[in-house]
Amino acid sequence: MPERRTTEVWVAGTEETAAGAATDEGAQKLADRETASPDQLAEGRGTLVVDDQLAEAEPASAEERTILNMGPQHPATHGVLRLQLELEGEIIRRVKPVIGYLHTGMEKTAETLTYLQGPTNVTRMDYLAPFFNELCFSLATEKLLGAEVPPRAAAIRVLMTELNRISSHLVWAATQGLDLGAVSMMIYGLRERETLLAFFEKTTGLRMNHNYIRPGGVAADLPDGWEEDIAQILKVIPAGLDDYHQLVTGNPIFLERTKGVGVITTEECVAYGVGGPMLRATGLGWDLRKEMPYSGIERYEFDVPTATGGDVFDRYTVRMAEIRESLRIVEQVTAGMPDGDYRTDDLKITPPPRARIDQSMEALIHHFKLFTEGFKVPAGEVYQAVESPRGELGHYLVSDGSARPLRLHVRAPSLINVQALPVMLTDQLIADSIATIASVDPVMGDVDR
Amino acid sequence: MTQPASVNELAGELATRFADVSFEQPFGQEVARVSRDRYRELATAAKGVGFEVLVDLTAVDYLPRQPRFEVVVSLLSLTKRSRLRLTVGVPEDDLHLPSLTDLYPSANFLEREVYDLFGISFDDHPDLTRILMPDDWEGHPLRKDYPVGAVPVQFKGSPQSR
Repeated sequence: MPERRTTEVWVAGTEETAAGAATDEGAQKLADRETASPDQLAEGRGTLVVDDQLAEAEPASAEERTILNMGPQHPATHGVLRLQLELEGEIIRRVKPVIGYLHTGMEKTAETLTYLQGPTNVTRMDYLAPFFNELCFSLATEKLLGAEVPPRAAAIRVLMTELNRISSHLVWAATQGLDLGAVSMMIYGLRERETLLAFFEKTTGLRMNHNYIRPGGVAADLPDGWEEDIAQILKVIPAGLDDYHQLVTGNPIFLERTKGVGVITTEECVAYGVGGPMLRATGLGWDLRKEMPYSGIERYEFDVPTATGGDVFDRYTVRMAEIRESLRIVEQVTAGMPDGDYRTDDLKITPPPRARIDQSMEALIHHFKLFTEGFKVPAGEVYQAVESPRGELGHYLVSDGSARPLRLHVRAPSLINVQALPVMLTDQLIADSIATIASVDPVMGDVDR
Repeated sequence: MTQPASVNELAGELATRFADVSFEQPFGQEVARVSRDRYRELATAAKGVGFEVLVDLTAVDYLPRQPRFEVVVSLLSLTKRSRLRLTVGVPEDDLHLPSLTDLYPSANFLEREVYDLFGISFDDHPDLTRILMPDDWEGHPLRKDYPVGAVPVQFKGSPQSR
């Protein structure tokens, strides 16, 4: 009889480890309930100042509580967001978002790039809304320079950013649907977005990270036949919206999973600095395009959609309505597109046209100087904000008079919105956390920069 | 000291109450340059007059100027549509500033970010830990004396000469 071979089978959890050392996650982990200060407990519950929910129900004993790490590798967290959840059965009692997994030091990088190279860097932060980053950086630089852009450049900027708002909201609709199990929604959202990306590619050369809006104007004029493309977009997107409406709005599963889920009030939004569609879904119609307009957007007629519930469903309705409003703006910009130059004629900021370089020594020198040294920006500091699809996107730009910024800080709307996640998630079912995270629409490139 | 005319009415109200704080209006933006010991007092008063939202909090390293660091806080009033920026100098030998988290919860992550990237501590912050960098990271990357590309490149010479 052959001898039977025995092999060591490894069973997870049976190995001997130095238990404490192996599971220590350092200072950034969710504080233990037994040792946490009252402030830390309140922070995990999202009640640091807004203390209307401070009265916590009888805290469960340690055996009934579980710490669950969700992420950073989790499909429903839209990138490398990690949440540490303290669970009591299926109910979330405390939350701590842990970020930084995508930190690449873009603010440091910005200090080594000239103002002309700057948009290349910032456009990669919020990669679903690249035009807004470029616009914000360009507006801040122009404010320091005291430069004016021609009307056509301003109109093109409005056109591209509003189209970008639509494409960003479409990605949101697609991923929100996917997270709730409506996989067809994913396909539809990305299908409609494709018409927009095709137009972006035709205009800027790239589908994302365009580096199209630059200090002084835009990089190139709109391509021939752009009106037909816009007409096509104006036809395709509303048809798509009608489809989504039929598919999702009245769907009982969708309603069950979104109504009353992830609620945040106006007061909590204000306390946590949350803006954008999340704030407008609570009933406060704050939109920087109306309140502090930029790039001539006040010349166009549009409404600010609001809802009152502050839950995931209302964020859906607000975003869908915003797409329609953006389409209205796009229509008006197309109808009233001014003629003229697409960038300022200040030769110290704008590179000369290619043909001039062959004829003029001065143009050649200007071109060479602009692309090697960059243009110098007077010393000063400005804060410029635009209404990105996720809320207030702000750039704080400090110049010391040289050709590179002394400091560029980006007020990232996604970071601020992720910070408010404990407010929305505590005392909810863990299954609802998926719908809530998706409704915040976090872009991790923006959160971590 | 007479203050120049303010851009917005709320900042004007603060300027009359804080006569020793210098209010400036570069590029049409209201900036209050406050000393460290009156920083929290001014922030509290600003919240009192109607700046409900702390939009942004960051720092700038002005090496070699003194004080070396400057913390910049952007406030926003939703009802009056106005902004105010507070700047406060922090000297290199005493990197401390009172935290604003109990006034404005939105300051929490932003103060952690400044602590992480500049090494400025915020007193009474509930959870002052690194946020973007790992816990065991050495140095504060956004300081001007922190070099770009400091990771040593691991190229080796060719093993034999040709």
